[in-house]
Amino acid sequence: MSDFETVIGVEVHVELNTRTKIFCQCPTTFGAEPNTQVCPICLGMPGTLPVLNEAALEAAVKAALALNCRVAEKTKFDRKNYFYPDLPKGYQISQFDEPLAADGWLEFDVDGQARRVRIRRVHLEEDAGKSLHGAADEATLVDFNRTGVPLIEVVSEPDLRSPEEARAYLTKLKTVIEYTGVSDVKMEEGSLRCDANVSVHRAGSDFGTPVELKNLNSFRAIKLALDYEVERQTKLVEGGGAVARETRLWDEKAGQTRPMRSKELSHDYRYFPEPDLVPFHIDPAWVAEVRGSLPELPDAKRDRFMAEYGLPAYDAGVITGSPSLAAYFERAAAAAKDPKKVANWVLGELLAYLNAHELGFDRIPVSPENLAALISLIDRGLISGTIAKSVFPEVCATNRDPEAIVKEKGLMVINDEGAIVEAVDRAIADNPNVVADIRNGKERAMGFLVGQVMKATKGRANPETVNRLVRERLGRT
Amino acid sequence: MTEAITAHELRDRVKRGDISAEEATRAALDRIEAVDGRLRAFLTVTPEAALDQARAVDAARRRGDRLGPLAGVPVAVKDNFCTEGVRTTCGSRILENFVPPYSGTAVRRLAEAGAVIIGKTNMDEFAMGSSNENSGFYPARNPWDLDRVPGGSSGGSAAAVAAGEAVVAFGSDTGGSVRQPASFCGVVGLKPTYGLVSRFGLVAFASSLDQIGPLTLDVTDSALALQAVAGHDPLDSTSARYDPPDYLAAIEGDVKGLRIGIPREYFGEGTEPAVEAAVRKAIEVLVGLGAKAEECSLPHTDHALSAYYIIAPAECSANLARYDGVRYGLRAAGAEDLADMYAKTRAQGFGAEVQRRIMLGTYALSSGYYDAYYLKAQKVRTLVRQDFERAFAKYDVLVAPTSPTVAFKLGERAENPLAMYLADVCTIPVNLAGLPGLSIPCGDDGGLPIGLQLIGRALDEATLLRTAHAYERAVGFTPRLAPADPAAGKGGRA
Repeated sequence: MSDFETVIGVEVHVELNTRTKIFCQCPTTFGAEPNTQVCPICLGMPGTLPVLNEAALEAAVKAALALNCRVAEKTKFDRKNYFYPDLPKGYQISQFDEPLAADGWLEFDVDGQARRVRIRRVHLEEDAGKSLHGAADEATLVDFNRTGVPLIEVVSEPDLRSPEEARAYLTKLKTVIEYTGVSDVKMEEGSLRCDANVSVHRAGSDFGTPVELKNLNSFRAIKLALDYEVERQTKLVEGGGAVARETRLWDEKAGQTRPMRSKELSHDYRYFPEPDLVPFHIDPAWVAEVRGSLPELPDAKRDRFMAEYGLPAYDAGVITGSPSLAAYFERAAAAAKDPKKVANWVLGELLAYLNAHELGFDRIPVSPENLAALISLIDRGLISGTIAKSVFPEVCATNRDPEAIVKEKGLMVINDEGAIVEAVDRAIADNPNVVADIRNGKERAMGFLVGQVMKATKGRANPETVNRLVRERLGRT
Repeated sequence: MTEAITAHELRDRVKRGDISAEEATRAALDRIEAVDGRLRAFLTVTPEAALDQARAVDAARRRGDRLGPLAGVPVAVKDNFCTEGVRTTCGSRILENFVPPYSGTAVRRLAEAGAVIIGKTNMDEFAMGSSNENSGFYPARNPWDLDRVPGGSSGGSAAAVAAGEAVVAFGSDTGGSVRQPASFCGVVGLKPTYGLVSRFGLVAFASSLDQIGPLTLDVTDSALALQAVAGHDPLDSTSARYDPPDYLAAIEGDVKGLRIGIPREYFGEGTEPAVEAAVRKAIEVLVGLGAKAEECSLPHTDHALSAYYIIAPAECSANLARYDGVRYGLRAAGAEDLADMYAKTRAQGFGAEVQRRIMLGTYALSSGYYDAYYLKAQKVRTLVRQDFERAFAKYDVLVAPTSPTVAFKLGERAENPLAMYLADVCTIPVNLAGLPGLSIPCGDDGGLPIGLQLIGRALDEATLLRTAHAYERAVGFTPRLAPADPAAGKGGRA
């Protein structure tokens, strides 16, 4: 299998979070009662006409610029014709040969290696409704709330060389879009959707026949489906077979891809220019204005965090992987003395807490100021790191002042040397073998005694004091 | 209404209180009652709603409110205008019971102008046709000779005005569908510049060609009716950002020094001698008023018809895709699955001509044929437009027949779609170029009206109306109602 190479291209649909739909003024709120966010226009009633929502255009331009695309000066919409019950006009207003933007790229890391993938185009279109099959008796019901929600389609060149790269690309794409604020990019709500084209070929020969994969509803599904498909195609070619040009669906339950039924197969979409929306010009000055309104994007933020806070590349990369987390870090770093310590806490305890409680970065329960206050307690020698970690869940759960919590619980560091000496002496008396080891030059065994003392004082003894006293009592200063 | 009355006269009488809007409305409804059984110009008449609207106008007058420019005028609209709460069939079985939840911009503007909407007029199905014989229900007749067609597709609107069932009617013109029936029925029909009147609420046939226009008894009414509906609409992205002038003021004035071009291609083979004679006589009249006329050429005219029959069907194939039985309109019973439901619904709901055009358009847009058909047709369209641009560098108005013939008999061309398509040979290029065109009666052939077509620069409706008005005055035109009476027989107008 090692002499096979994989080629992957990805098409991503991103729902823009404009307040209203792309061609009418219906709201776009997710999860509303079926068919409550509709009007004659998005229902495609006879005689209605589309009018472009400029907020959707601006959001799409923003995303395209964040993906380093060239925004067209002239663009147009086209009709993509096909019949389906959730497509009320019998065509989708999309863009065919003059997309809004093209020739972009996106950089991301795979195993610490920087990769750059070219983005062929970004275009603007309307979403379709949702068919709910088998919802009532044998019937299919249709919910048109989503009909007309603005979408951008981001098409990559076939520059990806492995399922891991595809996943890393998508993760980065999601992050960049999230930074621009033009979408919620929630795969589980369908605001980020992905199709992939994948082929395999023997090293040195031409690219293989691409297979289109659909129904990739999570990052996990993307990786699994691509892994499955790469293996399937490789075996097929190795066995002397040929890969059919087809569209396959990922079957999550079965853990495999299967060809779409013939009726689901690709149509002749009969694209032609949308006569209801005349071609229009995009003023480069306006594009420059939109560019100016872009926030700091993840790569720039990562570089700045490295320079400004002295974070290692990896740490900076993880923290800037989410705009919410990055903002949180900056506020905590501003309130704390040592940003590196803040980064350690964020990447360690905080992420663990969020994971354990299934909280997103937009729902961090502890304020950055309280996190900084907790770190400051350690810095000021008022509690040990261990104590800090032990109270962290409560700090998170209550978002109260950590100092008050620590005081209430009587967890402040014991600075009374007499009390510590007592514990040190007891540890020495209880562990003659360890003491013997130390005396024989096994310096590292000293840590065990320190640990015993910390345990006896429930972590409240100042570890430095304990260290010093253990050495003193063993005469090894 | 048994005597011809124009909208501007009626409106003035209503304002003076000589006649109430309700009386005027009842007169129109009575006329419908009397003649529409044989004329069949209407698909739906809405007497209650009309009388309510009329009474509201009368109440406003009694209160001393300012009355709109069409106050109390009975107006009919083609059945492809969406009217809230009133069924809108487009002349098609597939929308037989469709009741729109909204009214289009033109209908709303008419209501604001005080017009009384009395009903929805008959039409070729989805505005595809030149004789009204493609109505999914029954063909409208020509009120000058009930054995003849009123033209199409706005045949019902033209017949209704000619016969006095409505004082003003509106139609839509995609390839001649206002002008040609105006010509056949002896009324004034105006197709405004593409984009001057909002298409919002007009059920689409071919979106890049469709335009709403009025059918009236005289030119003054045409100006009045146009004024009521013209002007930018934010709901229509193709609507022109343009402040229309005062058309009523613009119709006054003479035609001295007006430069008239006579495109020789519009007098081609198939032009009836009586039509050509009447048109040339009308040109003489204009020349007599001080206009200068000379022959000119629009060399790509021959190809316009072919280009139109690619572009219009291509657009219609997409525009009519929504009639799938899923959400509204007809849904065929007994379908086995989704594809079968689509097929059965559309086979039962659409008539032969609509199906023919959907197939033509689908074919023309298909992968592998797009360049040869659709793209080439768009290039021809550009050439046709350039023909006009060159002509309008030299002339202010082009003058030609509206139709090469007078109204033909029902059934005469029904079996031959190509012959039917030729009925629009003089009007189609104007739609392709998006220009305004106006048809005004200029005589008759044995009692069958002949139409003179004036073609103008984009957004220069004013010059067309002024020229037509000058002609009207010069020939001492007085509107007469068509009898819509079988006893009138052939040459009913004589």
